[in-house]
Amino acid sequence: MIQPHGSLIVRTLGRIVIPIAQLFGVYVLVFGQYGPGGGFVGGVVIASSMIMAILIFGLGSADSALARKILHGDGLGLLLFAGVGGLCLIGGGEFLNYSNLQIPGLNEASRHSVGILLTQVGVALDVAVTGVSIAVSLSFEQDEISRDGAIHD
Amino acid sequence: MTIEIPLLILLIMTAAGAILAKDLISSVLILGSYSFALALVWALVGAVDVAFVEAVVGAGLATVFFLLTLFRASEKDTAIRRLPVSWTAIVGLPLLGLLLLYGAGDLPVFGDPSSPASLIISPAYIENSVEQTQTPNVVTAVLMDYRSFDTFIETVVIFTAGIACALILRNGSK
Repeated sequence: MIQPHGSLIVRTLGRIVIPIAQLFGVYVLVFGQYGPGGGFVGGVVIASSMIMAILIFGLGSADSALARKILHGDGLGLLLFAGVGGLCLIGGGEFLNYSNLQIPGLNEASRHSVGILLTQVGVALDVAVTGVSIAVSLSFEQDEISRDGAIHD
Repeated sequence: MTIEIPLLILLIMTAAGAILAKDLISSVLILGSYSFALALVWALVGAVDVAFVEAVVGAGLATVFFLLTLFRASEKDTAIRRLPVSWTAIVGLPLLGLLLLYGAGDLPVFGDPSSPASLIISPAYIENSVEQTQTPNVVTAVLMDYRSFDTFIETVVIFTAGIACALILRNGSK
């Protein structure tokens, strides 16, 4: 279990930097179709911001509540990615062929664009959850069970 | 292109420093600076997406994971024991390097417009990706649409890594 950091400078800086990093991660994720970036990088930036919150404020604090919650979402990103592929199958085409996404009112190119955006969100979710999960696993100790076993059910 | 030479020298120096450092923590930190220099090199040759990934993963996330692992491990496990270098390594590795350099001589020059990849594969993506997928960033279009199976399996690999870490390291939790 990571103890909260005692330094006032680190805590103040963390409060300023962590929201900016999360916002930047979301920006990189949704702007990945128009500039450098994409799902993987956006997910890693979001994961880094939450790992920063865990390292500065500790896993039990209110500032890392998002990181605690997201630990339960392991596999959701993969499910979203595979779900888009499954919708393509249901639409009558090949797995992950976004032309077969049955969205009314969109032409074929727009369907591809929507498919790319959804799969990018899936990759970002998967990467962010996995990054936080590995960081928590690496800082896990045996005596943690008695103190807050509720987190790691 | 005068800035390439100092960057490549910095790259080799940080790589050597990461190997020759006295303890593992400084080795990890030097490895992070190596990743940052490598990201600058990627950005210089025009691969902005790769540079982004290298800076974020290599210099950021991997360094944090290495440091967390080192803090968890005990002193005697992280002490560096240097074995004496064997003669086969001293003779064999430079020969292997020469062989690789000889093989690299037959590769097309960087940015060669007449290489097979630039003649057939790249133009098809660059010409068609905007009208087929409405995605101006060709790299994203290739990763997420034309090669989405690869990306899907990569996502499965990342998911498996997270699950495996949790299963091995959180073994006491009920």
